[in-house]
Formats: sequence, C-alpha cells, structure tokens
Amino acid sequence: MLVVEKNALSEEIEGYVNKYGKDRSSLLPVLQAIQRKHSYINDFAQQEVARLLDIHPVEVFSVISFYSFLHSKPTGRNIVRLCQTISCDMANKSKVVQAIERELGIKFGETTKDNRITLEFTNCIGMCDQGPAMIVNDRVYTKLDPEKAVNILNEIK
Amino acid sequence: MKEKLRAPKAQQPLIVEKPTLEDGIGSKVTVEINEKKVQVLFGQTILEACKENQIHVPTLCHHPDLCIAGNCRICVVEVEGMRTLQTACSFPITAPIKIKTSSPMVRKARRHIIDLLLSEHYGECYSCVRNNNCELQTLAKEYGVDSYTFGHVQEPVYEVDLSSYSVVRDMNKCVNCRRCVRTCIDLQEVGVLEAIGRGDKTHIGTFLEKPLADVICINCGQCINRCPTGALRANDPSDVIWNAIDDPTKHVVIQTAPSPRAAIGEVFGLEPGKSFTGELNTALRRIGFDVVFDTNFTADLTIIEEGTELILRLYKALVKKEQVALPQFTSCSPGWVKYLEHFYPEYIDNLSSAKSPQQMFGALIKTFYAQKKGIDPKDIVSVALMPCAAKKFECNRPEMVDSGYKDVDFGLTTRELGQMIQEAGIYLPEMPKSNFDDPFGEASGAGLIFGATGGVMEAALRSVIELVTGKKVEDVFANADITPVRGFEGIKYAEIPITEVGPVPKLLQHLVPDWNWLKGATLKIAVAHGTANAKKIMDDIKAGGKFSECHFIEFMACPGGCLGGGGQPIPTDEEIRKMRAKAIYDEDNSLPVRKSHENRHVAEIYDVFLTDGPCGHISHKLLHTHYIKRGKYIA
Repeated sequence: MLVVEKNALSEEIEGYVNKYGKDRSSLLPVLQAIQRKHSYINDFAQQEVARLLDIHPVEVFSVISFYSFLHSKPTGRNIVRLCQTISCDMANKSKVVQAIERELGIKFGETTKDNRITLEFTNCIGMCDQGPAMIVNDRVYTKLDPEKAVNILNEIK
Repeated sequence: MKEKLRAPKAQQPLIVEKPTLEDGIGSKVTVEINEKKVQVLFGQTILEACKENQIHVPTLCHHPDLCIAGNCRICVVEVEGMRTLQTACSFPITAPIKIKTSSPMVRKARRHIIDLLLSEHYGECYSCVRNNNCELQTLAKEYGVDSYTFGHVQEPVYEVDLSSYSVVRDMNKCVNCRRCVRTCIDLQEVGVLEAIGRGDKTHIGTFLEKPLADVICINCGQCINRCPTGALRANDPSDVIWNAIDDPTKHVVIQTAPSPRAAIGEVFGLEPGKSFTGELNTALRRIGFDVVFDTNFTADLTIIEEGTELILRLYKALVKKEQVALPQFTSCSPGWVKYLEHFYPEYIDNLSSAKSPQQMFGALIKTFYAQKKGIDPKDIVSVALMPCAAKKFECNRPEMVDSGYKDVDFGLTTRELGQMIQEAGIYLPEMPKSNFDDPFGEASGAGLIFGATGGVMEAALRSVIELVTGKKVEDVFANADITPVRGFEGIKYAEIPITEVGPVPKLLQHLVPDWNWLKGATLKIAVAHGTANAKKIMDDIKAGGKFSECHFIEFMACPGGCLGGGGQPIPTDEEIRKMRAKAIYDEDNSLPVRKSHENRHVAEIYDVFLTDGPCGHISHKLLHTHYIKRGKYIA
C-alpha cells in the first residue's frame, strides 16, 4: 500500500471510530463500515482498527474470521450467497448451484475473473418457506429456479 | 489478580463480588456437596468450594493465573434444579444449592468430553514432550479411557510451526482450551494468539495466520507453561548438545542461571522450594559438560556495567545538563527487550545498553576464557541453562557475535535439562554437591537473586548504596534485605534518599570526580514483572506520570521474574512461584558474599581483561549491545 493510501484509510477508520465510540464493543460496527466501503478489510485496516480501539490486531482478525459477512481477503464487487441449509437444500438447491456454476464458469467459494461476482454458500437466512433463497449483496431473492437465478446474476454489474 | 484482568464483558456477570467480612451477615452460604453440608463463602465458585472441602473436580481450561473461561466443560457438576450440567469453575455460589460432583450423568458427560477432545487430538503420547506431564493424558487416565468412542485423528491436519527460535506450535495437539490466548492477551498483553474461525474449524492462530517468527511474539514462553498438552513447546536443542558432548574435539561449556536450580527438583517430582545448586553442578559434569560456570558471575558484572551506565546517565543529566534518556530500563529479560522493541520503540534509548548476563558470559567465554585456557574459540560450544524461552531467541540475535563467533550457541531450558539428566540415568537429588569451575568461580548472592522479580533492583541497590554512600547496606536495610523491592505485587515503587556521600571507589574514579552532586538527591526506582504490568508503567511514562520521574526501572517479561519463566517446569502458578522465590532468597542468605562489587572474580576481570574499567572500550565491545526499533505493524 502507498503511504497516501494508508493515510487516507487511517483517517477514514478514525472517522468510524469517532462515530461508533472508542471501545471494544464498537469493533463490529467499525468493521462493518469498512467492509461496506471496501468490500474487504485489509491487513493494514485491521491493525489500524486495533490501534484505535486499543486491542490487539489478532483479536480483530479473530472476529473477522468468525463472521462470514466480514472478509480479510479481497472479494468480487458483488457477493452472491446461496442458502445451503436443509429447507433450501430440499427445495432443489443443487439444480440452482449447477446452473449458476455453469453460467459463471466458477465454483462456489471462488470469484469470477473479471472480479464481478464472488459465490458463497451461507447458512439459514430465514427464508425456509420460500427456498431456495439467495442474497445478492444486501438483497434477498427467493423461490429460485435455475433460470431465474441465472437471470438475476446476469443483471448484476 | 483475577479481577484486574481485562475480562470480556460477556464474562463479567460471572464474577460475583465476594463479601469483605468473612463472618459478616450473609457472607456464608450453606451448600450440600455430595450430600455433605458445608459452609462456603458467598460468591465462591463451585470449584473453589470443592477444593476447600477436599473434593477433586477435574479441570482443563481453568488455570489459577488466568481469568475464567468455562469452555472445556470438563469440570461439569450436577446442580439440583438446573436443567443442564453446570461448569464448576465459572458457577458462583449465591444460594443454598445441592451439588453432585460424581453422579452417573456427570461421569458420563465428562467421559464424553474427554472422548471428544481425544477425537481431535493427534499424536502418540510416547513421542510427546509432555508425556507424563500432560493434563489431557492425566484426565484420560483418571476417567479410564480405554477406547476412542468418537474416533481418533490418524493424520496430522496442521503443519508444525517451527519458525520461531523459542516456541514450537503443533496445533494438531491443541484442544482449544484457550489458555495460551488468555495468557498472551490478558496476562502478558502481547496479543499474538487468538481463536481463528468458527465452529469445528476453530483453531488457535496468529494474526493473518503468519508463522510465529513473523508476528510480534516476544518469545516469553508463558503460553508453553500454561498449555495443558504438548501443542506448545520450546524449541529443544538437546540433541545437538548431546552431539557436541559426544564430540571429543569440542569443549562444551555450560553456564547456569539462578532460577533453574531453584526449580529443577520439580522435574524429578519433588516439592518446589529447594535449590539444587551443588547437585546440579555434579550432574552436569556427569552428563559430560567440560566446565560448569555460574551465570551469577555475569549477573554481578551486569550490575557493575548497568550501574555505571546509570551513574553516567545521571551525571550527564544532573551535572552536565545534557539530554539523556531517563529512566533507565533494565535489559536482562530478552522477552521484555523484544516487547519494548515492538510496542514502545521510541523508548529504546532508555534501555540499558548492557547485555543480559547470558550474553555477557557468552562473549567472555569465547574471548577471556578461551585465551586463558588456550582453547580455540571455534571449538567451544557454549550452552546456557536458562529458565527462559526467549533466551533461545536472544542467543540467535544476529548482533550477538561480539567474540567473533556466536557468543552463546544454545539456550537450554530447565525442562530440557531435566530431561537430559534423566536420559543420562542420573537422579539429581542424590548427587553429591560440587562447586562451579574457575576462573569465574562462585558468584555473589546479588547475582543469585536476579531470578526473582525485584532481584536486579535489589542487587543494584546493594552496590549503589555502598559505592555511593560508603556505608554498609546492612546499616540501611537489615541483613541487606531490601524488602521494598521484594514480593509479588505487579508494580513496586520505592524512593531511596541519598543523605550522605562517601569517596568515589577506585573502579569509577576515571568517570566521576566525586559524589557531591548526588548528595540530597532521591533515587526513585520501580519494579514490574509480567509485560502487562510493564505496559502500565510504559503508558504512565508516556502520559508523563509518576514513573516518568523514576531513575531506574526493572522490567521482567514473566510473572514473578525469571523463576516463573517460560522454560521452567510445568505447572507454574502463584504458589509455586512463591516457593521458588523462597528457595532463591534462602540461598542468597546463606552465601558469604552478597554484593556484586565484593565478588573478587569481578574485580579480577577488570584488573586483567576489561582493563579500561566499566563502560570502557573493551567492555563496550564485548558486554554492551544495541537494539532494533521493530514496531508492531506487520506488513
């Protein structure tokens, strides 16, 4: 990272810390804010958060590794999370998986070459009655079938 | 101590404040443990209550030095009226409850917990460094595990992290008790280890899962001392040392630090609190070490060098009105040195440039001793018996080659030497006693007490008071026991007024003309042990608090000082540390020479070898070093 970039990032994180409070308990909101803006929390940002909240970098890393909606590695611009829990699974999730993987040419857990989409599985998102369900960024799509899923993905920029 | 730890908010409701009066109204609760009525203190945990009443409850994640975790669940007991089993270690008694510690349900649950732990614990006991000293193994024995109900790992999952000079991490043996996490974060405030991942993928890892050598680990080894299994161990050089011993062309020298001799009996199953100095010397010779030296000799030398450095700094500050870095920090503890390099690199100038006793000795053995005995330094293998994991790192620092060779070849811990002694078929407590070898011979009691927290300060004061005031220390402090700096409080602070001054001793005459500038001054000193306490002092200095006005501060990375070091026998807890300290102070009391400047070998070495005196050119080349501003950012 360039020094200029580092300084800008530090300043930005300082802003979040001022907004959410300089305390251990503001760790999650701060991390979410960084995640929203940058789509992942890089090494330097983790250490800056640790410095500003007076905790250890490894604690920040530990929290990031615990939550699947926080990332420490770069992801695609859009994250597609398909529910893998039992109701969605029984509602023919595997057909949707096959269709998506064939369409994008990548497996779940991977990112497309043009950095457009990252595919991930997620556990239950509470849409058990309307499965299979998936979340694209912050939006939920339900009652998927292979065709519908592919159409949704093709619409994402 | 437990209350002071930075317990996470989620744990704080578990801590119930105990009543101040033990026999006040409502301070006692009558509970029934295994159908026996007993009175316990309000707020006591079930575990404490059971222990007081001689009822054994097994524990694994619980450690007396650390905050309560309650995550291994091995200590579960039945509490009447509760739907589920409760963990004894984290259940405060606030009502008259009925507890069963050995019902069928409890026994079955415990057995299942052990089976589940074993189902993820890879490794065979007989190839493990912790064989016969492993808490998981003990539990399996206690609960009669004769088969793996839930299976057993056949293949290692994680790569063993051998990157560090000091600490080896084998996560295949880890049972996720998080003692190392609590040690690293709460006890030492270093923060290298944390739980990474979630659910069945949880494992203990470092920042960005980097190897231990690449993160800000200070190598104190406290995590090794608290690990219940063999997942954390010291980097053991004993095989290479055996090879050197067996090689007739090599001259194998060992120096022994004060703390191992006060603790090595524990390796042989003896109660802590007895020193085996003489016996250890004989055992070392029988193992095959050619000569045995006492690190206390260079501890005495450290006092002279570091004391002179302090006097020079004070002289510059008070008389010449120059800018110097004060307070001066001790540099004997390599864990503390690395902590400062990482966390407070801007204070590196405050660190005494004097090497630690181990490295001073290393430099002298391959120069002075080699010349005197006519041995080629390249044939000398210099081993240091230390209570410390960080000493292994220290002797591998690239700058520690002032003799022209690697000053100290290997750092050996108390545990590893205990194992070597056993391997040689020696039962240490039955050895006849013998003395250290010349030309360094016996050292003073001042060097000996380096092993306990406050020891360096006490040793320094014994010399400074006598050299400056010309009076006997015994006239100021009874029996030369400087009690204000003794004891196990995290931070100790003392002020020593200098009311009168004597003549400048010959050793220092070329450095200062007289002591008059010190007359009427008050020497302010502080002592801290455990890097968590060091952090408090450093933050206070940064904020310009009372410690920034100190002149000299002793820091030790490990709780209790060296005697609680990361290379000492396992287990180590507060009681054991106290016993070891007692052993050290008792031995100090029995020695004829108890002040560093009265050690005749020290005077001799300034006469014949370090001829330009303390902090002179020769001593600067061999006995002093420099430090690296490491910082804590990891790229």
